[in-house]
Amino acid sequence: MGREVVLRIEDLHVVFNVLKAKLKVVDGVSLTAHSGERLGLVGESSCGKTTCGRCIVRLVQPTSGQILFASKRLGENIDVANPEGRKWYEAKREIQMIFQNPGASLNPVFTIGTQFMTALRYARPEAINDRGIRRRVVEALKEVQLPDPERILKSYPFQLSGGMNQRVSIAMALAVEPELLIADEPTTALDVTVQNQILELLYALVKRKRTSVLYITHNLGVIREIADTVYVMYAGTIVEHGNPREIFSNPLHPYTQGLMEAIPKLAAGGFSKGIPGSIPNYSEPPSGCRFHPRCSKQMQICVEERPSFVEVSEDHKVACFLL
Amino acid sequence: MTARYLPQTLRGFQTERFKEGYSKFTRNPFSVIGLSLVLLVIFLAIFAPFVTPYPEHAGSYVNFKEINKPPSWKHLFGTDLVGRDVFSRVIFAYRYSLLLAITVLSLVVPPGVLLGLLAGYYHGTWIDYTIMRITDIFLAVPPLILALAVTSVLGPSMLNAMMAVCLMWWPWYVRLVYGLVSSLRNEYYVHATAVIGASNFHILWREILPNCVSSIFTKMSLDVGWVIMLAAALSFVGLGAQAPTPDLGTMISDGATFLPDLWWMSMFPSIGVLIIVLGFNLLGDGLRDLFALEEI
Repeated sequence: MGREVVLRIEDLHVVFNVLKAKLKVVDGVSLTAHSGERLGLVGESSCGKTTCGRCIVRLVQPTSGQILFASKRLGENIDVANPEGRKWYEAKREIQMIFQNPGASLNPVFTIGTQFMTALRYARPEAINDRGIRRRVVEALKEVQLPDPERILKSYPFQLSGGMNQRVSIAMALAVEPELLIADEPTTALDVTVQNQILELLYALVKRKRTSVLYITHNLGVIREIADTVYVMYAGTIVEHGNPREIFSNPLHPYTQGLMEAIPKLAAGGFSKGIPGSIPNYSEPPSGCRFHPRCSKQMQICVEERPSFVEVSEDHKVACFLL
Repeated sequence: MTARYLPQTLRGFQTERFKEGYSKFTRNPFSVIGLSLVLLVIFLAIFAPFVTPYPEHAGSYVNFKEINKPPSWKHLFGTDLVGRDVFSRVIFAYRYSLLLAITVLSLVVPPGVLLGLLAGYYHGTWIDYTIMRITDIFLAVPPLILALAVTSVLGPSMLNAMMAVCLMWWPWYVRLVYGLVSSLRNEYYVHATAVIGASNFHILWREILPNCVSSIFTKMSLDVGWVIMLAAALSFVGLGAQAPTPDLGTMISDGATFLPDLWWMSMFPSIGVLIIVLGFNLLGDGLRDLFALEEI
């Protein structure tokens, strides 16, 4: 891809100190997002995807590794993991995040309008004196197809449905015209039809605004719909990445295969297969490939060494010794 | 996703919310009793010179013709040892008690809340440990004992006693706010505000504090009763308000010497304390139920 790189994460490690244990939650994640690209980060719950996303907005401080963000405002690359204070303050306005629980990401004691204005004031200080700020907020709400924006501005988050709250969150995140949007399971808490509406909306908006997106989810179907590139994550490591069409038609890592088999099929009977076992204990992660204790095709080398990425095709890389 | 999810009009909805809160509050008769008692006491205290039959009896007034009179239509609560109307003095004592409670709380709440906010927001850092350990030290001393110690050193006066009470009261607000903030700081909307680049000050002041306000007010309404009780207790043992200030505690202790014969001298001021403390406690309980708070 000849496009410019917006975000490059290199060898990211996050270690949480909980009591005496050291939880190695993210263990050497590398990924690259190009301008306007929609990345999907997929994996089962507690595999470190959210932690990755939170590192990018500095809600979590990575232990080691680099997160390079190409800031348009500053015209240079910023290392989000260890930024210079002033530069990060400028650059962070270009990164926005949408959270999982739509109700909880809005403050219950203020109206939508108040919160929207606050968001704009912080993310785009030049808009403070803009007399049209209210009009811009209304336009932003219209963009996410909310009916009667004026009335929504005056309502409190708990007066709106989950889907509406999530639309408001999306409008707030996109109103500041970020370069990079991190969407942390924005549709997980919503029902399937609303989820679809929100996804279509988000897709159309980011496509039009050419915003790069890091979409974090455990839903493979969502990834297929929205992402240009998918990263499959297991226990803090990336196991397979590439074009979603290629990966879903030909999953090569046993974990990806397991994930796909775990999806309940509407036409079949009984339960889907799933993957035996559960995510490992992060204080004592398995040696070698972190997936080996649950892998059906486990070999001796998997216990001893960590697999490196094998290039299957230009758009498909797998970290597995089977290849 | 149509407009039918929305309230008819905002004004209509807010009136509805108010009505809902009102009906929730009035569902419990005790809350209503508490509110009525509080309002009654505040009304009496503000208009004391107009509602009392003998406003001049509040201070140093002597009328030996009328001493030790039992309750009658002329003197509803009877008269005391120097012939002053007990009813008038109880009403004026309310003025004093309320003023005292307001002063103590307004001195105690701001620093307590501020320290609680800081300690809770910087949870797990040295700021948290420093503030909370100092708080623990202060909590270890019982307020009444410290007030006794301070007044016996600095001399018995209400000012000294209340300084001691203030010194002992702020840690409770630190603890309350600390607990609230420690959980609120992990809310998504706090993270969301941090992500858009808001300052720590903004997050604390504009996002977290407004979510603590209902708890703080509820605790304050409960504390009014406690402070009045404490002040009365100090005056009762002679370390608080000094004569001729009309004070409920002093009046009770003056009359207690002549129990049970001259019962009205101590009985009516005691009922006075009961009414004001009960009123604020019931009101506080009602507010707690209204805001559905559990941590107070």
